[in-house]
Amino acid sequence: MRLNYPTNVKIVKVPCTGRVDTLLILKTFESGVDGVYLAGCLEGECHFLRGNLRAKKRVQYVKTLLEEVGLGSGRVEMYNMSSAQGQRFAEVAREMTEKIRALGPSPVKKKKGAVNP
Amino acid sequence: MIVANRKSLEEILTMLKPYKKILLLGCNECVTVSATGGEREVGVLASELKISRAKDGEEIEIREHTLERQCDHEYIDQIHPFIGDYEVILSMACGAGIQYVAETYRDKTVLPAVNTTFLGVTLEQGVWSERCQGCGECVLHMTGGICPIARCAKSLLNGPCGGSSNGKCEVDKDLECAWQLIIDRLKALNQLDKYEEIIPIKDWRTSRDGGPRKRVREDLKLL
Amino acid sequence: MKTKSNIERILESGQLVVTSECGPPRGADAEVIRKKGKLLQGAVDAVNVTDNQTSVVRMSSFSACLILKEMGFDPILQMVCRDRNRIAIQSDILGAAALGINNILCLTGDHQKFGDHPRAKNVFDMDSIQLIQTVKTMRDDGKFLEGEELKGRPMLFIGAAENPFADPFEIRAARLGKKAKAGVEFLQTQCIYNIPRFEKWMEMVRDRGLHEKVAILAGVTPFKSVGMARYMKNSVPGMDVPDEMIERLKGVPKEKQSEEGIKICVETIQRLKELPGIRGIHIMAIEWEEKVREIAEMAGLLPRPQIM
Repeated sequence: MRLNYPTNVKIVKVPCTGRVDTLLILKTFESGVDGVYLAGCLEGECHFLRGNLRAKKRVQYVKTLLEEVGLGSGRVEMYNMSSAQGQRFAEVAREMTEKIRALGPSPVKKKKGAVNP
Repeated sequence: MIVANRKSLEEILTMLKPYKKILLLGCNECVTVSATGGEREVGVLASELKISRAKDGEEIEIREHTLERQCDHEYIDQIHPFIGDYEVILSMACGAGIQYVAETYRDKTVLPAVNTTFLGVTLEQGVWSERCQGCGECVLHMTGGICPIARCAKSLLNGPCGGSSNGKCEVDKDLECAWQLIIDRLKALNQLDKYEEIIPIKDWRTSRDGGPRKRVREDLKLL
Repeated sequence: MKTKSNIERILESGQLVVTSECGPPRGADAEVIRKKGKLLQGAVDAVNVTDNQTSVVRMSSFSACLILKEMGFDPILQMVCRDRNRIAIQSDILGAAALGINNILCLTGDHQKFGDHPRAKNVFDMDSIQLIQTVKTMRDDGKFLEGEELKGRPMLFIGAAENPFADPFEIRAARLGKKAKAGVEFLQTQCIYNIPRFEKWMEMVRDRGLHEKVAILAGVTPFKSVGMARYMKNSVPGMDVPDEMIERLKGVPKEKQSEEGIKICVETIQRLKELPGIRGIHIMAIEWEEKVREIAEMAGLLPRPQIM
């Protein structure tokens, strides 16, 4: 389809969003990323039945943790889309990038003096 | 198992304020099963602490370590070789474990990262519920296997009180009335006549009221 | 006669007993009690004095009892198990009896969660049934709970409360049976609005012959408004307010609702006092003591028998 999406989005491939646990998301923030979003299958269409639903709950939990540590809950989101929705994938990448850009760079990275990935 | 709750990050950060080198100590027993202070929770707390400190441009060094148990000397001794490298121990075990670590390393500050809450069971993944208060004199044979001491908000032995409504406790609409459960169970067991007997005033000496408790089995002692 | 209780005296004479209640103030002003007392004078045979009801701190029941006693009342000392262990309970029983209190009402007590000090530690060393046993042991056996002799028995007439509308309904009479076995002599019920259900409870009580062992005083509370009726129905644990009662209050204009509430209360009393096994009426006019006399009058409960 040759769709464009922002180059700052780095993709980490997992077999299912159900594979993503709390600590994995936290570790990315520890390393200085500005935001994380999960692109799971459409609800009700999980190949493993409930993987995307569990991921959704974990994202909610991580939001509370990010709030606790002072990064703010807006830096993590859950999205659902099917593998046939390339258009949607690009749209979400742009939407999330805009959202995070508005929030500004992660204070973790700023203090560490890391370079923009 | 013993069920606990993680303290808020804010409270933990306040306790840790003076320290830079922290040994974060998990426990592989009850608090692992109740998802409060096992290896995973140690990882999450360590990450939270690092992010918080990094955000404020402050240094922190955390060693994550989870012991098989924090309530037995042979495991607590395992941290002896590297304990000197850390200023403080932040323990995620239950209150017993935290204290035993503190008793073992008397010159170290040991801080609690969890609030120990109750002796309970897993109702379903992620949900735990209290069952026992360790009163030291079990009455379950008289109450259909349901404990009025731990599960009735007023610990009534001849309940239910007047606040039992539609099977729920007056204290909380989501809380089951222990005496409703007891009556239902006695009925199912065809033992409702047991309810007619007055259970006498409890001897609380066996409970915490008698002072801290200790148990000795001479036959098991090595010396 | 075991005691100098006015309730016991009137019960023995075979007449209906009328009691009411008086909630002590949230402060040290004795005048509040005296004012409430004046409203009840001559309208009732004994007055319950609540013990930090709904777990809200108030002047102690014992002190308020003494103030009423000075006015010529026969107060009923309410005692809950929430705030005292067996040492304090026995001590307070002795103290109350020593100063001329003749009646005690043994209660479990509301959980402190509902009150103004929800962070408090509760006691519940014993429950209401065990408290009845405690008073009886002290009075009739002259012994403390651990079996030691006491000198000067506390001659208290022993009462308790029961909520016929709480669950599980099937054991409510059995629970009264336990109280009877423990030694209770009079019983005041929770406010009765659902008469058919109360009658069913009384049937269970009579089947066990409990009405002969315990004098049952039926509890009533007048509604001030439809709002109060709704609140009682929805927010007070263990309260059974039938919908038709709310409809009836709704059917009259706002300014007439309190009058209608009094009417309902009087009708209720008239039905209750005819029920076999009912030995008295307990009128709980919550912060509405001025209406007790009117209710008693309209229900044909006045004049009260002369004391002494």
